[in-house]
Amino acid sequence: MIIFKIVGIAIVATIFIIVIKEEKPEMAFLLSMVTGLLILILVFDQIKLIIDLVMQLAEKGNIDLLYLNTIIKIVGIAYVGEFGAQITKDANESALAGKIEIATKILIMFLALPVMISLLEIVIDLIP
Amino acid sequence: MDIDLIFKIAGVGIFISIINIVLKQANKEEQAQMLTLVGVIVVLMIVIQLINELFNDVRSVFKF
Repeated sequence: MIIFKIVGIAIVATIFIIVIKEEKPEMAFLLSMVTGLLILILVFDQIKLIIDLVMQLAEKGNIDLLYLNTIIKIVGIAYVGEFGAQITKDANESALAGKIEIATKILIMFLALPVMISLLEIVIDLIP
Repeated sequence: MDIDLIFKIAGVGIFISIINIVLKQANKEEQAQMLTLVGVIVVLMIVIQLINELFNDVRSVFKF
C-alpha cells in the first residue's frame, strides 16, 4: 500500500526537519520541500489512472473532448499553482504565495472563457 | 529510492551544521558561511531535479 510509504516518508522527514531546524533553517526548508515533491510524485500513477478512466467515460457518453481537455488542463494548473503557493507560504513569503494564486486564477479564467462563451451562444440561440 | 533522498539531504544538513560549529569555534566565520552556501547549492541541485520530474509528470498527465 502506497499510503504507508507516504506516511512513513513524511514522519521520518518531520523528525529530521525538527533536528535540522535548530542549526540550519534553510536546510530544513529544502528538506520539507523535497518531502512534498516526493509525496506528490508518488501519487502520480493514481492520478494518471483516474484521468484515463474519466476519458474513457467521456468517450462512452459522447462528450466533446475539447471541453474535457480544458477541464483536465485546469486541474493541472491548479495542482502546480497550489504546490508553489504552499511552498512559498511555508517560507513566510505570503505575498509571493498570493501572487501565485492570483496568476493561477487568471490562467484558469483564460482557459475557461471559451467554454463559457460557447455556453452563452447556445443560450442566445435558444432565445427567439 | 524515495526515502534515500530524504536521508541524503538530512545527512548533508546535519554534517554541515556540525562542521559549522567546529569552524565557528576555530574563529573561521567566513569559511563557515561559505560552507553553508555550498551545502544549500548542493541540495538545491537535488531539489531542481525533483521539481523537473514533477513538472514533466504534470505536463504528460494533464496534456499540456
